[in-house]
Amino acid sequence: MTATAEAPTKAGEVPSFDVTLRIQRMDPDGTPDHPAGEEYWEEFTLTMHGTDRVLDALHKIKWDVDGSLAFRRSCAHGVCGSDAMRINAKNRLACKTLLKDLNPKRPITIEPIKGLPVEKDLIVDMEPFFASYREIMPFLMTSGPTPERERLQSPEERARFDDTTKCIMCAACTTSCPVFWTDGQYFGPQAIVGAHRFIFDSRDEGEWDRLEILNDKAGVWKCRTAFNCTEACPRGIEVTKAISEVKKALNTGAV
Amino acid sequence: MSTADATTPVVEPLRPIRSGRSRNHAEQWSWLFMRGSGVLLLVLIFTHLFINLFSGDGVNQIDFAFVAGKWASPVWKIWDFVMLVLAMIHGGNGMRLLINDYARETWMRKTLKTLLTACVATIVVLGSLVIFTFDPCPLDASGDLLPGVPTFCEDVR
Repeated sequence: MTATAEAPTKAGEVPSFDVTLRIQRMDPDGTPDHPAGEEYWEEFTLTMHGTDRVLDALHKIKWDVDGSLAFRRSCAHGVCGSDAMRINAKNRLACKTLLKDLNPKRPITIEPIKGLPVEKDLIVDMEPFFASYREIMPFLMTSGPTPERERLQSPEERARFDDTTKCIMCAACTTSCPVFWTDGQYFGPQAIVGAHRFIFDSRDEGEWDRLEILNDKAGVWKCRTAFNCTEACPRGIEVTKAISEVKKALNTGAV
Repeated sequence: MSTADATTPVVEPLRPIRSGRSRNHAEQWSWLFMRGSGVLLLVLIFTHLFINLFSGDGVNQIDFAFVAGKWASPVWKIWDFVMLVLAMIHGGNGMRLLINDYARETWMRKTLKTLLTACVATIVVLGSLVIFTFDPCPLDASGDLLPGVPTFCEDVR
Protein backbone atom coordinates (compact mmCIF):
# COMPACT_ATOMS: atom_id res chain seq x y z
CA MET A 1 0.00 0.00 0.00
CA THR A 2 2.91 2.38 0.62
CA ALA A 3 4.43 2.73 -2.81
CA THR A 4 1.27 3.00 -4.92
CA ALA A 5 2.44 6.18 -6.63
CA GLU A 6 5.60 4.51 -7.94
CA ALA A 7 3.98 1.18 -8.70
CA PRO A 8 4.49 0.46 -12.41
CA THR A 9 1.36 0.01 -14.46
CA LYS A 10 0.95 -3.62 -15.44
CA ALA A 11 0.40 -4.36 -19.08
CA GLY A 12 -3.27 -4.10 -19.95
CA GLU A 13 -4.13 -2.42 -16.65
CA VAL A 14 -6.59 0.46 -16.88
CA PRO A 15 -5.23 3.65 -15.28
CA SER A 16 -7.22 5.00 -12.36
CA PHE A 17 -7.65 8.56 -11.10
CA ASP A 18 -9.48 10.55 -8.44
CA VAL A 19 -12.49 12.52 -9.59
CA THR A 20 -14.87 14.87 -7.76
CA LEU A 21 -18.55 14.86 -8.63
CA ARG A 22 -20.55 17.92 -7.65
CA ILE A 23 -24.18 16.85 -7.63
CA GLN A 24 -27.25 19.03 -7.23
CA ARG A 25 -29.53 17.35 -4.72
CA MET A 26 -33.07 17.84 -3.46
CA ASP A 27 -35.01 15.70 -1.03
CA PRO A 28 -38.79 16.28 -0.99
CA ASP A 29 -38.90 14.92 2.59
CA GLY A 30 -35.88 16.85 3.82
CA THR A 31 -32.70 15.62 5.51
CA PRO A 32 -31.30 16.52 8.94
CA ASP A 33 -29.18 19.23 7.29
CA HIS A 34 -31.54 20.42 4.59
CA PRO A 35 -35.25 21.30 4.78
CA ALA A 36 -37.73 19.57 2.49
CA GLY A 37 -37.48 20.68 -1.14
CA GLU A 38 -34.23 22.65 -0.73
CA GLU A 39 -31.78 22.35 -3.62
CA TYR A 40 -28.15 22.06 -2.54
CA TRP A 41 -24.81 20.86 -3.88
CA GLU A 42 -22.96 17.87 -2.53
CA GLU A 43 -19.48 16.74 -3.54
CA PHE A 44 -18.23 13.17 -3.72
CA THR A 45 -14.61 12.23 -4.42
CA LEU A 46 -14.12 8.78 -5.92
CA THR A 47 -11.33 6.73 -7.43
CA MET A 48 -12.44 5.75 -10.90
CA HIS A 49 -10.93 4.12 -13.98
CA GLY A 50 -10.33 5.45 -17.47
CA THR A 51 -13.05 3.19 -18.84
CA ASP A 52 -15.70 4.42 -16.39
CA ARG A 53 -18.65 6.53 -17.40
CA VAL A 54 -20.48 9.13 -15.32
CA LEU A 55 -23.14 6.48 -14.68
CA ASP A 56 -20.51 4.17 -13.13
CA ALA A 57 -19.51 6.99 -10.79
CA LEU A 58 -23.15 7.54 -9.82
CA HIS A 59 -23.52 3.79 -9.21
CA LYS A 60 -20.45 3.81 -7.01
CA ILE A 61 -21.90 6.67 -4.95
CA LYS A 62 -25.31 5.01 -4.63
CA TRP A 63 -23.98 1.55 -3.88
CA ASP A 64 -20.93 2.33 -1.73
CA VAL A 65 -21.15 5.91 -0.42
CA ASP A 66 -24.63 7.38 -0.14
CA GLY A 67 -27.62 5.16 -0.88
CA SER A 68 -30.04 8.09 -0.74
CA LEU A 69 -28.86 9.49 -4.09
CA ALA A 70 -31.72 9.17 -6.58
CA PHE A 71 -31.35 8.98 -10.37
CA ARG A 72 -32.96 7.10 -13.24
CA ARG A 73 -31.33 4.49 -15.41
CA SER A 74 -32.52 1.35 -17.06
CA CYS A 75 -30.41 -0.22 -19.79
CA ALA A 76 -27.22 1.71 -18.99
CA HIS A 77 -26.15 1.43 -22.64
CA GLY A 78 -27.57 4.53 -24.32
CA VAL A 79 -30.72 2.92 -25.68
CA CYS A 80 -33.50 3.45 -23.15
CA GLY A 81 -33.00 7.19 -22.66
CA SER A 82 -33.60 7.17 -18.90
CA ASP A 83 -30.45 8.84 -17.61
CA ALA A 84 -30.35 12.18 -19.39
CA MET A 85 -28.87 14.77 -17.04
CA ARG A 86 -27.03 18.09 -17.17
CA ILE A 87 -23.35 17.19 -16.91
CA ASN A 88 -20.92 20.13 -16.86
CA ALA A 89 -23.80 22.35 -18.04
CA LYS A 90 -24.56 20.22 -21.11
CA ASN A 91 -27.39 17.73 -21.45
CA ARG A 92 -25.99 14.24 -21.98
CA LEU A 93 -26.67 10.62 -21.17
CA ALA A 94 -24.69 9.60 -18.08
CA CYS A 95 -24.21 6.14 -19.63
CA LYS A 96 -22.61 7.53 -22.80
CA THR A 97 -20.25 10.05 -21.17
CA LEU A 98 -16.78 8.87 -20.17
CA LEU A 99 -15.32 10.56 -17.09
CA LYS A 100 -11.93 10.93 -18.78
CA ASP A 101 -13.55 13.01 -21.55
CA LEU A 102 -14.79 15.57 -19.00
CA ASN A 103 -11.43 16.70 -17.60
CA PRO A 104 -11.54 14.78 -14.29
CA LYS A 105 -8.96 17.19 -12.80
CA ARG A 106 -11.81 19.61 -12.14
CA PRO A 107 -15.07 18.82 -10.31
CA ILE A 108 -17.74 17.47 -12.64
CA THR A 109 -21.11 19.13 -12.03
CA ILE A 110 -24.24 17.03 -12.38
CA GLU A 111 -27.73 18.56 -12.30
CA PRO A 112 -31.18 17.31 -13.24
CA ILE A 113 -32.33 18.34 -16.73
CA LYS A 114 -33.81 21.84 -16.69
CA GLY A 115 -37.36 23.01 -17.31
CA LEU A 116 -39.14 20.04 -15.74
CA PRO A 117 -40.13 19.85 -12.05
CA VAL A 118 -37.53 18.04 -9.93
CA GLU A 119 -38.96 15.17 -7.87
CA LYS A 120 -35.80 14.07 -6.08
CA ASP A 121 -32.09 14.66 -6.78
CA LEU A 122 -31.64 13.92 -10.51
CA ILE A 123 -35.18 12.62 -11.10
CA VAL A 124 -37.61 15.00 -12.81
CA ASP A 125 -41.31 14.75 -13.58
CA MET A 126 -41.39 13.79 -17.28
CA GLU A 127 -45.17 14.08 -17.62
CA PRO A 128 -45.28 17.54 -19.34
CA PHE A 129 -42.73 16.16 -21.82
CA PHE A 130 -44.77 13.02 -22.54
CA ALA A 131 -47.99 15.07 -22.74
CA SER A 132 -46.50 17.10 -25.62
CA TYR A 133 -45.54 13.88 -27.39
CA ARG A 134 -49.06 12.47 -27.00
CA GLU A 135 -50.55 15.62 -28.48
CA ILE A 136 -48.83 15.19 -31.84
CA MET A 137 -50.47 11.73 -32.20
CA PRO A 138 -47.39 9.51 -32.50
CA PHE A 139 -49.05 6.56 -34.20
CA LEU A 140 -49.73 5.44 -37.78
CA MET A 141 -52.86 7.09 -39.22
CA THR A 142 -54.30 5.57 -42.39
CA SER A 143 -57.59 5.38 -44.25
CA GLY A 144 -59.12 2.52 -46.21
CA PRO A 145 -58.95 -1.19 -45.47
CA THR A 146 -55.90 -2.64 -43.81
CA PRO A 147 -53.71 -4.35 -46.41
CA GLU A 148 -53.03 -8.07 -46.02
CA ARG A 149 -49.27 -7.59 -46.21
CA GLU A 150 -46.72 -4.95 -45.22
CA ARG A 151 -47.13 -1.35 -46.34
CA LEU A 152 -44.23 -1.01 -48.76
CA GLN A 153 -41.93 1.97 -49.04
CA SER A 154 -38.93 2.77 -51.23
CA PRO A 155 -35.50 3.42 -49.67
CA GLU A 156 -35.80 7.06 -50.79
CA GLU A 157 -39.16 7.45 -49.06
CA ARG A 158 -37.70 5.94 -45.92
CA ALA A 159 -34.63 8.18 -46.04
CA ARG A 160 -36.77 11.32 -45.62
CA PHE A 161 -37.59 10.56 -41.99
CA ASP A 162 -34.80 8.13 -41.12
CA ASP A 163 -33.00 10.62 -38.87
CA THR A 164 -36.00 11.24 -36.62
CA THR A 165 -36.71 7.52 -36.09
CA LYS A 166 -33.59 7.39 -33.90
CA CYS A 167 -35.22 9.33 -31.04
CA ILE A 168 -35.15 7.57 -27.65
CA MET A 169 -37.21 10.21 -25.82
CA CYS A 170 -34.55 11.02 -23.24
CA ALA A 171 -35.69 14.70 -23.17
CA ALA A 172 -32.12 15.99 -23.55
CA CYS A 173 -33.17 18.20 -26.48
CA THR A 174 -36.39 19.59 -25.03
CA THR A 175 -34.76 20.43 -21.69
CA SER A 176 -31.81 22.16 -23.42
CA CYS A 177 -34.14 24.50 -25.33
CA PRO A 178 -34.08 28.10 -24.01
CA VAL A 179 -37.64 28.67 -25.27
CA PHE A 180 -38.84 25.62 -23.32
CA TRP A 181 -37.10 26.90 -20.17
CA THR A 182 -38.97 30.19 -20.24
CA ASP A 183 -42.28 28.97 -21.68
CA GLY A 184 -43.39 25.47 -20.70
CA GLN A 185 -46.27 25.74 -23.17
CA TYR A 186 -43.92 25.19 -26.11
CA PHE A 187 -44.19 21.66 -27.53
CA GLY A 188 -40.42 21.36 -27.43
CA PRO A 189 -37.99 19.84 -29.93
CA GLN A 190 -38.75 16.22 -29.09
CA ALA A 191 -42.48 16.46 -29.89
CA ILE A 192 -41.61 18.07 -33.23
CA VAL A 193 -39.08 15.32 -33.95
CA GLY A 194 -41.77 12.75 -33.09
CA ALA A 195 -44.23 14.47 -35.42
CA HIS A 196 -41.59 14.75 -38.18
CA ARG A 197 -41.14 10.98 -38.08
CA PHE A 198 -44.80 10.50 -39.12
CA ILE A 199 -45.36 13.65 -41.21
CA PHE A 200 -42.69 12.62 -43.71
CA ASP A 201 -43.59 8.91 -43.67
CA SER A 202 -45.15 8.03 -47.04
CA ARG A 203 -47.34 5.34 -45.39
CA ASP A 204 -48.95 7.77 -42.96
CA GLU A 205 -51.95 9.92 -43.93
CA GLY A 206 -52.30 12.06 -40.82
CA GLU A 207 -49.61 14.58 -41.79
CA TRP A 208 -51.95 17.58 -41.99
CA ASP A 209 -53.57 16.80 -38.65
CA ARG A 210 -50.13 16.91 -37.08
CA LEU A 211 -49.01 19.95 -39.05
CA GLU A 212 -52.10 21.83 -37.88
CA ILE A 213 -51.23 20.98 -34.27
CA LEU A 214 -47.66 22.21 -34.77
CA ASN A 215 -49.01 25.41 -36.40
CA ASP A 216 -50.33 26.28 -32.93
CA LYS A 217 -48.95 29.32 -31.14
CA ALA A 218 -47.04 26.85 -28.92
CA GLY A 219 -45.78 25.03 -32.02
CA VAL A 220 -42.86 25.23 -34.45
CA TRP A 221 -43.00 29.03 -34.73
CA LYS A 222 -41.65 29.31 -31.18
CA CYS A 223 -38.38 27.77 -32.37
CA ARG A 224 -35.61 30.42 -32.58
CA THR A 225 -33.05 28.03 -34.09
CA ALA A 226 -30.75 28.18 -31.06
CA PHE A 227 -29.38 24.74 -32.07
CA ASN A 228 -29.14 23.66 -28.39
CA CYS A 229 -31.31 20.63 -29.21
CA THR A 230 -29.07 19.46 -32.05
CA GLU A 231 -26.04 19.81 -29.80
CA ALA A 232 -27.70 17.96 -26.91
CA CYS A 233 -29.10 14.97 -28.80
CA PRO A 234 -27.20 11.83 -27.72
CA ARG A 235 -28.37 10.08 -30.89
CA GLY A 236 -27.00 12.78 -33.17
CA ILE A 237 -30.39 13.65 -34.63
CA GLU A 238 -30.33 16.95 -36.55
CA VAL A 239 -33.23 18.30 -34.50
CA THR A 240 -33.15 21.92 -35.68
CA LYS A 241 -33.11 20.71 -39.29
CA ALA A 242 -36.16 18.54 -38.65
CA ILE A 243 -37.99 21.50 -37.10
CA SER A 244 -37.10 23.63 -40.13
CA GLU A 245 -38.46 20.94 -42.47
CA VAL A 246 -41.77 21.07 -40.59
CA LYS A 247 -41.79 24.89 -40.91
CA LYS A 248 -41.08 24.57 -44.62
CA ALA A 249 -43.92 22.06 -45.07
CA LEU A 250 -46.29 24.50 -43.35
CA ASN A 251 -45.11 27.45 -45.45
CA THR A 252 -45.13 25.69 -48.82
CA GLY A 253 -48.11 23.43 -48.14
CA ALA A 254 -46.16 20.51 -49.59
CA VAL A 255 -45.02 17.54 -47.54
CA MET B 1 -74.10 0.73 -12.18
CA SER B 2 -72.49 -2.65 -12.66
CA THR B 3 -70.48 -4.36 -9.99
CA ALA B 4 -67.33 -3.85 -12.01
CA ASP B 5 -67.44 -0.13 -11.16
CA ALA B 6 -66.67 -0.80 -7.55
CA THR B 7 -63.41 -2.61 -8.29
CA THR B 8 -62.22 -1.04 -11.55
CA PRO B 9 -60.30 2.13 -10.86
CA VAL B 10 -61.55 5.08 -12.86
CA VAL B 11 -58.81 6.27 -15.19
CA GLU B 12 -59.03 10.00 -15.64
CA PRO B 13 -58.42 10.93 -19.30
CA LEU B 14 -55.16 12.82 -19.59
CA ARG B 15 -55.82 16.45 -20.38
CA PRO B 16 -53.71 18.20 -22.99
CA ILE B 17 -51.44 20.73 -21.31
CA ARG B 18 -52.20 23.44 -23.86
CA SER B 19 -55.44 25.37 -23.89
CA GLY B 20 -56.95 26.53 -27.16
CA ARG B 21 -55.68 26.30 -30.71
CA SER B 22 -54.10 29.06 -32.76
CA ARG B 23 -55.90 32.01 -34.24
CA ASN B 24 -55.88 31.80 -38.03
CA HIS B 25 -52.21 30.92 -38.43
CA ALA B 26 -51.26 34.18 -36.67
CA GLU B 27 -47.90 32.81 -35.55
CA GLN B 28 -47.10 31.57 -39.04
CA TRP B 29 -47.80 35.02 -40.51
CA SER B 30 -45.73 36.60 -37.78
CA TRP B 31 -42.81 34.27 -38.58
CA LEU B 32 -43.04 34.97 -42.33
CA PHE B 33 -43.37 38.72 -41.76
CA MET B 34 -40.22 38.77 -39.62
CA ARG B 35 -38.22 37.11 -42.41
CA GLY B 36 -39.65 39.28 -45.21
CA SER B 37 -39.40 42.58 -43.35
CA GLY B 38 -35.93 41.67 -42.08
CA VAL B 39 -34.56 41.31 -45.62
CA LEU B 40 -36.32 44.49 -46.77
CA LEU B 41 -35.07 46.46 -43.75
CA LEU B 42 -31.48 45.42 -44.49
CA VAL B 43 -31.74 47.05 -47.95
CA LEU B 44 -33.67 50.10 -46.71
CA ILE B 45 -31.46 50.84 -43.70
CA PHE B 46 -28.10 50.29 -45.35
CA THR B 47 -29.06 52.42 -48.36
CA HIS B 48 -30.27 55.08 -45.92
CA LEU B 49 -27.00 54.97 -44.00
CA PHE B 50 -24.94 55.06 -47.21
CA ILE B 51 -26.79 58.07 -48.64
CA ASN B 52 -26.67 60.01 -45.37
CA LEU B 53 -23.22 59.15 -44.03
CA PHE B 54 -20.96 58.14 -46.95
CA SER B 55 -22.04 59.70 -50.22
CA GLY B 56 -21.31 63.39 -50.89
CA ASP B 57 -19.74 65.16 -47.90
CA GLY B 58 -20.48 62.28 -45.58
CA VAL B 59 -21.63 62.87 -42.06
CA ASN B 60 -20.83 66.62 -42.21
CA GLN B 61 -23.53 67.27 -44.80
CA ILE B 62 -26.42 66.48 -42.45
CA ASP B 63 -28.28 69.63 -41.45
CA PHE B 64 -31.79 71.00 -41.81
CA ALA B 65 -31.22 71.81 -45.48
CA PHE B 66 -30.04 68.26 -46.24
CA VAL B 67 -33.16 66.74 -44.72
CA ALA B 68 -35.36 69.32 -46.44
CA GLY B 69 -33.68 68.53 -49.74
CA LYS B 70 -34.24 64.80 -49.33
CA TRP B 71 -37.88 65.17 -48.37
CA ALA B 72 -38.56 67.42 -51.36
CA SER B 73 -38.60 64.17 -53.35
CA PRO B 74 -41.55 61.77 -52.84
CA VAL B 75 -39.16 58.81 -53.25
CA TRP B 76 -37.41 59.62 -49.99
CA LYS B 77 -40.69 60.41 -48.27
CA ILE B 78 -42.02 56.96 -49.11
CA TRP B 79 -38.64 55.37 -48.40
CA ASP B 80 -38.51 56.82 -44.90
CA PHE B 81 -42.18 56.02 -44.29
CA VAL B 82 -41.75 52.34 -45.26
CA MET B 83 -38.59 52.15 -43.16
CA LEU B 84 -40.41 53.66 -40.17
CA VAL B 85 -43.43 51.38 -40.38
CA LEU B 86 -41.48 48.17 -41.06
CA ALA B 87 -38.90 48.86 -38.35
CA MET B 88 -41.58 49.61 -35.75
CA ILE B 89 -43.69 46.54 -36.55
CA HIS B 90 -40.63 44.28 -36.88
CA GLY B 91 -39.23 45.49 -33.57
CA GLY B 92 -42.64 45.52 -31.92
CA ASN B 93 -43.33 41.95 -33.00
CA GLY B 94 -39.94 40.88 -31.66
CA MET B 95 -40.80 42.49 -28.33
CA ARG B 96 -44.17 40.72 -28.39
CA LEU B 97 -42.39 37.36 -28.71
CA LEU B 98 -40.12 38.25 -25.80
CA ILE B 99 -43.13 39.23 -23.67
CA ASN B 100 -44.82 35.93 -24.55
CA ASP B 101 -41.68 34.09 -23.48
CA TYR B 102 -40.84 35.84 -20.27
CA ALA B 103 -44.04 37.36 -18.81
CA ARG B 104 -45.64 34.50 -16.89
CA GLU B 105 -48.72 36.22 -15.44
CA THR B 106 -51.65 37.00 -17.75
CA TRP B 107 -52.13 40.51 -16.34
CA MET B 108 -48.44 41.29 -16.83
CA ARG B 109 -48.53 40.00 -20.41
CA LYS B 110 -51.63 42.07 -21.19
CA THR B 111 -50.20 45.23 -19.58
CA LEU B 112 -46.87 44.96 -21.40
CA LYS B 113 -48.52 44.22 -24.74
CA THR B 114 -50.90 47.18 -24.35
CA LEU B 115 -47.96 49.46 -23.55
CA LEU B 116 -46.01 48.06 -26.50
CA THR B 117 -48.91 48.57 -28.93
CA ALA B 118 -49.39 52.13 -27.67
CA CYS B 119 -45.69 52.93 -28.14
CA VAL B 120 -45.57 51.46 -31.66
CA ALA B 121 -48.77 53.27 -32.70
CA THR B 122 -47.64 56.61 -31.24
CA ILE B 123 -44.24 56.52 -32.92
CA VAL B 124 -45.67 55.44 -36.28
CA VAL B 125 -48.32 58.19 -36.18
CA LEU B 126 -45.89 60.93 -35.08
CA GLY B 127 -43.24 59.82 -37.59
CA SER B 128 -45.74 59.71 -40.47
CA LEU B 129 -47.03 63.16 -39.53
CA VAL B 130 -43.51 64.57 -39.65
CA ILE B 131 -42.73 62.94 -42.99
CA PHE B 132 -45.94 63.93 -44.78
CA THR B 133 -46.62 67.38 -43.31
CA PHE B 134 -43.02 68.54 -43.46
CA ASP B 135 -42.65 72.02 -44.97
CA PRO B 136 -39.20 73.64 -44.74
CA CYS B 137 -40.47 77.09 -45.81
CA PRO B 138 -43.83 77.76 -44.14
CA LEU B 139 -45.66 80.96 -45.22
CA ASP B 140 -47.76 83.25 -43.08
CA ALA B 141 -51.32 84.41 -43.93
CA SER B 142 -50.13 87.14 -46.31
CA GLY B 143 -47.97 84.73 -48.32
CA ASP B 144 -44.59 85.86 -46.93
CA LEU B 145 -42.05 83.57 -45.36
CA LEU B 146 -42.39 83.17 -41.63
CA PRO B 147 -39.53 84.68 -39.59
CA GLY B 148 -36.74 82.27 -38.71
CA VAL B 149 -36.95 80.03 -41.79
CA PRO B 150 -33.62 78.85 -43.31
CA THR B 151 -31.90 81.18 -45.73
CA PHE B 152 -32.25 78.83 -48.70
CA CYS B 153 -36.01 79.46 -48.66
CA GLU B 154 -35.35 82.83 -50.33
CA ASP B 155 -33.78 81.06 -53.31
CA VAL B 156 -36.53 78.45 -53.53
CA ARG B 157 -39.15 81.13 -53.90
